[in-house]
Amino acid sequence: MRKVYSKIESIAGNVITVKADGIKYGELAEVTTSFGKSLADVIRLDGDTVSLQVYSGGRGVSTGDEVRFLGHPMQVSFSDNLLGRIFTGSGAPRDNGPELTENMIEIGGPSVNPAKRIIPRNMIRTGLPMIDVFNTLVESQKLPIFSVSGEPYNELLARIAMQAEVDMIILGGMGLKYDDYLFFKDTLEEGGALSRTIFFVHTAADPIVESLLVPDISLAVAEKFALKGKKVLVLLTDMTNFSDAMKEIAITQEQVPSNRGYPGDLYSQLASRYEKAVDFEGAGSITILGVTTMPGDDVTHPVPDNTGYITEGQYYLKNGRIEPFGSLSRLKQQVNGETREDHRALMDGMIKLYAAYLESMEKKSMGFRMSDWDTKLLKYGVIFEKEMMDLTVNIPLEGALDKGWEILSECFTPEETGLKTDLLNKFWPSK
Amino acid sequence: MAVSKGKVIGVNGNMVTVAVEDVVSMNEVAYIEVGSQRLKAEVIRIKSDNAELQVFEMTEGIGIGDSVDFTEEMLSVELGPGLLGQVFDGLQNPLPKLAEECGFFLERGVYLGALPTDKKWSFTPAVKVGDSVEKADTIGTVPEGIFEHRIMVPFNCYDRYTVKEVVSAGDYTIKDIVAKLEDSKGNIVDVTMSFTWPVKRPISEYVERLRPVKPMVTKLRLVDTFFPVALGGTYCIPGPFGAGKTVLQQVTSRNADVDIVIVAACGERAGEVVETLKEFPELIDPKTGKSLMERTMIICNTSSMPVAAREASVYTAVTLAEYYRQMGLNVLLLADSTSRWAQAMREMSGRLEEIPGEEAFPAYLESTIASFYERAGRVRLKDGTEGSVTIGGTVSPAGGNFEEPVTQATLKVVGAFHGLSRERSDARKYPAIHPLDSWSKYTGILDETRTEIARSIILRGNEVEQMMKVVGEEGTSTNDYITYLKGDFVDSVYLQQNSFDPVDNSVSPERQDHTFNIMFDIITAQLELDTKENARTWFYQLRQKYIDYNGSDWQSESFKKLETEILAMIAEKKTGVDESLLAMQVEE
Repeated sequence: MRKVYSKIESIAGNVITVKADGIKYGELAEVTTSFGKSLADVIRLDGDTVSLQVYSGGRGVSTGDEVRFLGHPMQVSFSDNLLGRIFTGSGAPRDNGPELTENMIEIGGPSVNPAKRIIPRNMIRTGLPMIDVFNTLVESQKLPIFSVSGEPYNELLARIAMQAEVDMIILGGMGLKYDDYLFFKDTLEEGGALSRTIFFVHTAADPIVESLLVPDISLAVAEKFALKGKKVLVLLTDMTNFSDAMKEIAITQEQVPSNRGYPGDLYSQLASRYEKAVDFEGAGSITILGVTTMPGDDVTHPVPDNTGYITEGQYYLKNGRIEPFGSLSRLKQQVNGETREDHRALMDGMIKLYAAYLESMEKKSMGFRMSDWDTKLLKYGVIFEKEMMDLTVNIPLEGALDKGWEILSECFTPEETGLKTDLLNKFWPSK
Repeated sequence: MAVSKGKVIGVNGNMVTVAVEDVVSMNEVAYIEVGSQRLKAEVIRIKSDNAELQVFEMTEGIGIGDSVDFTEEMLSVELGPGLLGQVFDGLQNPLPKLAEECGFFLERGVYLGALPTDKKWSFTPAVKVGDSVEKADTIGTVPEGIFEHRIMVPFNCYDRYTVKEVVSAGDYTIKDIVAKLEDSKGNIVDVTMSFTWPVKRPISEYVERLRPVKPMVTKLRLVDTFFPVALGGTYCIPGPFGAGKTVLQQVTSRNADVDIVIVAACGERAGEVVETLKEFPELIDPKTGKSLMERTMIICNTSSMPVAAREASVYTAVTLAEYYRQMGLNVLLLADSTSRWAQAMREMSGRLEEIPGEEAFPAYLESTIASFYERAGRVRLKDGTEGSVTIGGTVSPAGGNFEEPVTQATLKVVGAFHGLSRERSDARKYPAIHPLDSWSKYTGILDETRTEIARSIILRGNEVEQMMKVVGEEGTSTNDYITYLKGDFVDSVYLQQNSFDPVDNSVSPERQDHTFNIMFDIITAQLELDTKENARTWFYQLRQKYIDYNGSDWQSESFKKLETEILAMIAEKKTGVDESLLAMQVEE
């Protein structure tokens, strides 16, 4: 039987210390306070002094409260019963469902052997033309959505959650506003996608330590499902909140900050989460989309900056659209050659014309005279933004490509598009 | 002397404090016993009876009182035939073998031998009984792929020896004794084909270090012509994310004119290593006709693997490089990225509660970076042959701003700087090495005065371009406009290189010389172009032809045809040489 310790030596921030023997680093404990029970994990051992990080925070913990060590690290239950359920960052039910205790697995396990990785080869269809056509999402990819606060990034995630052609979705929320949490829940419920979704949600009102657990717990569950052959899409929102939680805890623990207060291991911490994205040969896969809000639209802020070095491109959300120039899916070349022969050419051609449209817009705003060509581009730009870039557009890739040809034929003559003749002959819509 | 033992008395992240019972030495390797697992660790600080260890694995589950075995050995790598073509982690564990043993995940506490022990090598002795030898002398050779691998007297045998026995030519494994040597005191030393060497001690078994004067051809025009790298030299590639650092490294690892390439993927994306891993065995090295993998080693400690091993990985890589240099070979070490290595140092320094320097990097950052790059060099070995280690490191500066400690510390010690620019990569101008900010102290394959003139024209063209943004095209003189077009021309037909084009992706020095001369003729010419419109049309036509020309096989029919057309176009408009351009120099 595990011993119960009833003398807490010190309490500072979220960290308490007790004197105990035989404790392992990373072990989980249960702290019983007058407000109820909370989990805590061992973050430092120094002789018989054990420092624990209390998940529900240090507030209200008394020196007389009981600490019981559980003899194992943080775990989460894993089974199909998780589907459709909503949990907190520490794995407790947030809906009114029963607590799950069967088949417990450890979180934050070892990383995948690079020699066992394979070159990504399958696209994930989302029904969003700005993703499917222009910056294709690939199975096992890790991509952040760079966004300014106020942009509809959660709407975008919810849309992807409903439309993406994957087996299941795991949604990890960190520092989520309660309204946003309800928005996700209601949207997925109405869209009928709740039954293939698992939520691990930490809201802004919850204790900060639980926010740190969300990515690990989400990815540990994702990994098990992937090993059982499931194609899992993990949506994380918002990784900047996660990083800020890390900053807050590091500072209260008196760690030396490196850049704008963030701990020196920010890169490694983010990487160890994002690198969980993988395609298991002969089994399933994990794909990660994480929102990274950029304070002040500053891409050099430590969080988006470190993220950019880790991920395979980014979606850049601006003015309610996925902006085609800042966005990049580094893996799209692996898959968009095999979708349809016109895919790559149309993707390049339409973006080039859209870039020309923006130039014409600039000229127009400076009061230059508009040539015939400018007028055509202006018409094209408006249609392109409405029919392709709008986030509510939901059409399969082939439909989007057809639509692309339609838009081109509406605005230009075939030669003006700069596309290859053989493609024009084959795909140019006949009037 | 008995090896020490100890007990864990504290754990903080990946740092473990151990009470030691006996003597302990700095940087000694120890194993911590956790249940059935033994976790590798290195002593990084000693305080009276306590040693502080950085653990190369995750530390979860370590408890107070766990026993620790010290080994008396510093962190070492195994040297011998069979290293080439392998994929190791930062501690020289062969990853494919690990995958066979453990499956998808990197289980902690599993350490495998780096070299295959069952493989037989065909040994040819180079000494006979009675010969006198010392460390690093060749006892015999075995063929390893396309190279002759020298079996040497281990570098840690510090005496003079007499050969007592040496095996006859035949097949042996790395564990078989191939020679017995007698030292000056009459002790017998058994020599096998492999031995270990501590990674943090440079191998310096050479007569003298030579100046790096021979260019190392990368087949990138921008590098070879303008910012050359020398065999035995050092260079760095700083750049923001997405600017193409890794692609540049991959292209270099394929095309560089060296014998052996070591890729140290240090703290970067696993996916990129996979590309190298899967593609290299398929790619044929034009020089040898064999797969590229046969001349390549990959040391791979990706971003999600334990941080302490990341710190070790660059040393592992450079030690392997130095070992092959001892065989008279030219080795290129590509480290991607040295910033992640510096960050690993920063994390450890934080745990040790050292007083932080700039951006919390440790105060010894600069000297550590300097001593790493100093392990590069061209050397003359005892037998008169030459070998070299060239180091190219990428730097990932925070926010793409070069004014940060790692970039600055690196710039102090390297011989060439290939600064990547976000501006150029956004404009899809690859390689995105900035032609004005970058520099090199090495001699290239082309005449430096001419390349400097070309660079000054780019600079001048750039100035005109900036000016035009203010005064518009109307306010620019035709002459200035032509200068702008010339600068743009150099950029698009010479600096930029299409790495996806089968011909343009690697350009031989011979071809660089040839096409540079034609381009030089164009940009220094007095041209008869009266209006801006005419000038633009002419340059755009010429550019189109030149790009096609770059994409046609060297000395092929289409190559010759396009060259004739280009020369005709020049002859039509050229009226003389613009002396003012020849006199220009880049203002540094």
